[in-house]
Amino acid sequence: MKEFFYMGGYGFYVWSSYAVAALILIANIILPIYQRKSMLNKLTKQLERAEQLK
Amino acid sequence: MSQGSLSRVFLALLKRDLLLAFRHRAELFNPLLFFVLVVTLFPLGTGAETRLLQTMAPGIIWVAALLAAMLSLDTIFRSDFEDGSLELLLLNAHPTSILVLAKVLAHWLITGLPLMIIAPLLALFLGLDQDVIGLLVLTLLLGTPVLSLIGAVAIALTVGLKRGGILLSLLVLPFYVPVLIFATNAIEMAMSGMPVTAQLWILASFLLLAITLTPWPTAAALKLSLS
Amino acid sequence: MMKFIHKTASPPYFYRLSGLWIPWLGAITLLLLIAGLYGGLIAAPTDYQQGESYRIIYIHVPAAWMSLFIYMAMAAAGAIGLIWRIKLAETVAVCSAPIGAGFTLLALVTGSLWGKPMWGAWWVWDARLTAELLLLFLYLGVMSLYVAIPDKRVASRAVALLALVGMVNIPIIHYSVEWWNTLHQGPTVTKFDKPSIDMRMLLPLLIMAVAFKIYYVWALFLRVRVELLERERNTQWVKELLHQSKEA
Repeated sequence: MKEFFYMGGYGFYVWSSYAVAALILIANIILPIYQRKSMLNKLTKQLERAEQLK
Repeated sequence: MSQGSLSRVFLALLKRDLLLAFRHRAELFNPLLFFVLVVTLFPLGTGAETRLLQTMAPGIIWVAALLAAMLSLDTIFRSDFEDGSLELLLLNAHPTSILVLAKVLAHWLITGLPLMIIAPLLALFLGLDQDVIGLLVLTLLLGTPVLSLIGAVAIALTVGLKRGGILLSLLVLPFYVPVLIFATNAIEMAMSGMPVTAQLWILASFLLLAITLTPWPTAAALKLSLS
Repeated sequence: MMKFIHKTASPPYFYRLSGLWIPWLGAITLLLLIAGLYGGLIAAPTDYQQGESYRIIYIHVPAAWMSLFIYMAMAAAGAIGLIWRIKLAETVAVCSAPIGAGFTLLALVTGSLWGKPMWGAWWVWDARLTAELLLLFLYLGVMSLYVAIPDKRVASRAVALLALVGMVNIPIIHYSVEWWNTLHQGPTVTKFDKPSIDMRMLLPLLIMAVAFKIYYVWALFLRVRVELLERERNTQWVKELLHQSKEA
């Protein structure tokens, strides 16, 4: 197991590559999900306000 | 519309832009001054060792020319956009792409041509071999019109924006890379006595490609920016 | 045929359809990623030349492929949007840019991390790395142009135009960078090419490539949905959608 993380001395390079990959890939999923939620909230509030004014 | 009237409109537009430029002489000299200044800064920054400057000269001159060309791009459409004559240009019955070509040609005559004339002097400053100075001017002759043509597309996309400056450089510089590579490469090869016809043909083909391909996106982008 | 396309490409229909697809796309991506990572990190044998460091290719190479593929997809979607004025195609082009930029950045960072032990420097002006860097600038240009133009309809058409012009230029840039590189440095060690590659090494690479492709569709759908909501906020279907979500 230790050997697996050691990667024949290249552990730092290999694992930072995979870490950066994980970071970028996850960010591109989480961000739009979060944006959609806040967008839905914003639009719902706008709609409620518009209906109250009627 | 007959062919004759199209070329008449083309020439009239060219003449108008040149006249306007000569009335605002400062605009004419600004890119030139910038070009000279940047090239002067290099020996001060790197030390004036002759061999070092000689090897770097093609790159320095071309990068400075590229930046000067980029800084002057704004003048192609900006004033016409602000006083509304750009809209008249688009309403004209003649194909916009041809008229755009006239404006770019005028712009190149105003900004690109002076760079070519002053470049030999700067080449002497940097100690470039006298034999390759002619070639330097030739690469500028083939290369700088490409810079104006590509720049016209980018400036047409951003002309409606208030702060287009940094955006413009981001849009334009990646497209300038091939011209820079082949032009400087031609001069470097000539300095070591190698044939450079291939590079010159490639630069010439870039120019032809740019003349035939860029007017359409420029015209389309202008229509978008004015909508 | 055109009728079918227009129906599928209509924002409310696509919004509903993509909502159904997204969990499946996510599940398939995760399964493929697990399979690819297992194959690449555990099952594949050690390379006799590069040791374990070669395992970076399972990210680097698919990411580099995706960076080009997404640019082409973006230009194609932009062209469709410009020609047939299909709103969905415009949105797809705009939403592809940040995902493509992400993959380009990933290819650059992993290339650098691979280069440090192999070349002894974090950055070498290798032809492919340089071309990838220029590609990143192209993506950033597209993204900044979209942000800079206030009217989003105009902005997406401008972006489509820019992406198309860029498409013509990418082969030229690639070719000239290659020329520049071979003349200035002499041919460097061709990065990851091998005359014959072990099947146990190749298979995970292909699985990762497919995983990244499906991931792109997944991330793209998520982004397109947000963009559609924003653009269509004053239409009837969005209002109905909001009412439904309020009741639920």
